[in-house]
Amino acid sequence: MSSDSAPATGATPVKTTGLHVGEAAPGVAKVDPIIVADHVRRTFGGLTAVDVDHLEIPRGAITALIGPNGAGKTTLFNLLTGFDKPDEGTWTFDGHALSGVPAYRVARMGQVRTFQLTKALGLLTVLDNMKLGATEQRGERFWSSLIAPLWRRQDAEIEERAMELLAKFKLDAKAQDFAASLSGGQRKLLEMARALMSSPQLVMLDEPMAGVNPALTESLLHHILDLKKEGMTVLFVEHDMHMVRHIADWVVVMAEGRVVAEGDPHEVMKNPAVVDAYLGAHQDVDLGVVTGRVSAAEAGVSTSGTVDEATIEAEADAELAAEEKRKGKR
Amino acid sequence: MDFLQILSNAGASLLAPATLAYALAALGLAVQFGFTGLLNMGVAGFMAIGAYGYAISILQFDFPWWLAALTGLAASAVFALILGIPALRLRGDYLAIVTIAAAEVVRLLFLTSAFDDVTGSADGLSGYHESFRGANPIPPGTYGFGPWTYNQTDWWVRIMGLIVLALGVVAVWRLMSSPWGRVIKGIREDEDAVRSLGKNVFSYKLQALVIGGLLMAAGGIVYAMERNVNSGVYVTSTTFFIYTALLLGGAATVFGPLVGSLIFWVLQTLLSNLLPALSQLLPFMTQIQASTLRFILTGVALMLLVIFRPQGIFGNKKELTFVK
Repeated sequence: MSSDSAPATGATPVKTTGLHVGEAAPGVAKVDPIIVADHVRRTFGGLTAVDVDHLEIPRGAITALIGPNGAGKTTLFNLLTGFDKPDEGTWTFDGHALSGVPAYRVARMGQVRTFQLTKALGLLTVLDNMKLGATEQRGERFWSSLIAPLWRRQDAEIEERAMELLAKFKLDAKAQDFAASLSGGQRKLLEMARALMSSPQLVMLDEPMAGVNPALTESLLHHILDLKKEGMTVLFVEHDMHMVRHIADWVVVMAEGRVVAEGDPHEVMKNPAVVDAYLGAHQDVDLGVVTGRVSAAEAGVSTSGTVDEATIEAEADAELAAEEKRKGKR
Repeated sequence: MDFLQILSNAGASLLAPATLAYALAALGLAVQFGFTGLLNMGVAGFMAIGAYGYAISILQFDFPWWLAALTGLAASAVFALILGIPALRLRGDYLAIVTIAAAEVVRLLFLTSAFDDVTGSADGLSGYHESFRGANPIPPGTYGFGPWTYNQTDWWVRIMGLIVLALGVVAVWRLMSSPWGRVIKGIREDEDAVRSLGKNVFSYKLQALVIGGLLMAAGGIVYAMERNVNSGVYVTSTTFFIYTALLLGGAATVFGPLVGSLIFWVLQTLLSNLLPALSQLLPFMTQIQASTLRFILTGVALMLLVIFRPQGIFGNKKELTFVK
């Protein structure tokens, strides 16, 4: 659907490899890390939400952060972007220490984020939402804002860039509408486009696909792959394993606040720790089959090879509770 | 019942210093509440600081009127900073609690007899008009027509009020149509989103609080230029009246506060004249009850406005569609 804007994303996207040094294990060193976090710990009362010993995010690649609900993914996001303060720990972005740096400065350094619950600015127009994303605006300073000639030309340039981005995200027809009139999926697109207005180095997307229909998912995927092509680094949280497998170059798995596994998406998903903590044994099998409501034959799932139907039935009960819980939270 | 007199009084209120003062204060509130989303319930406190700052600096330090007015404005800016630095970290409704408390503290400080020498406590302050009236370029006499017939002093106050109001309106309009205003409106919608785009939200909120506070203090000063200064004027109900005027016109508009204040005062004057006159016809109401009725009606009007027309007269109708 949006293949015209993303020509390189035909069948399979080009994966970036050779990102790490040595054995792929939690905390493995990267060849060129953009974020390095050490001993970052955040507790809420008695609960340790995040406890990461060492983590490096590779530059110029798409890294997925996965894990069960409550694993601390969003908390880690908030910590890395300055929206929350850890109990202890240090982390750097592009070589600059970020501990104690407020969120707006982190954003100015070129590390922008989106939110799990989309934050479109409802009573601003779509175009104003976009223009707000541009940094270093003269007209945003109090005194110079009073004198229009000082900022008018820059504002026109920003508007031009905003319209280009909106056209790319197929929102240009909506430019003059209030953002509140957009659908949920369009708001996700707007939020991503708005983040790009600042020409960031690192884009952090918190569940970009949640609540987005399949067709729009496809176009979002293209946009994320485009970011990499344009030299940006992407870190995203996602539950959709197909998407993770399809576009991620590197996967970090969290559970109970800790990084339990890291690696290439296909390798890491075979890791028994990941299967136990998050995926479950039947990630490729129809949910109806897993829960025992539909037989594998009915669901049209090929169960030949490693897993037979009996095994599925036997393990179904164990899976049921976890699956239902996950579904409910989504 | 003299309808002509009632209408004439209502007409005169169009140009009354009280109307101009309310328009200025409502304009300040539009910046804080309408555009930035700061629920400031301490409008009366900012006005009081402007008015007292003006009067006290003339009476105590013999300042010329313009320096006294600047002192009043500066005092309100300082108040905004003192209030804002701790309180702006709070979420909307908590800010309302803090500001309403701060305004009461201010009022009680001006009312207490402990500082009687400076503030005049319950008697308030008067007799500071000499400098302002001395600067009046209008030759003595009576000018105008119909209900708008005033002597040179009354015209001087009104002209000064209009000039300040015009400057305020132009400044707010320039600000709100600039990228600065875009950030401010973004903050009203979602602070965290604006923060994630690299804007120093706290600094913008503080700027908005100071700008709004300056306009409110200017309103207090215009009010003080006409008559005397008394802490009984700067009570919490004044804050609510200004909210009514603002919401009447449209909270997130530049001309709304102006028109809202006009309508508010014309209606107030009309009702305060009309209701006692009506009480002669309505046997179940005494004259005193009838004049209180207008405050009840004001309260009802505020409620109806917020429920049924939150965008006011000038607000964008489309905005209402999306009110959460």
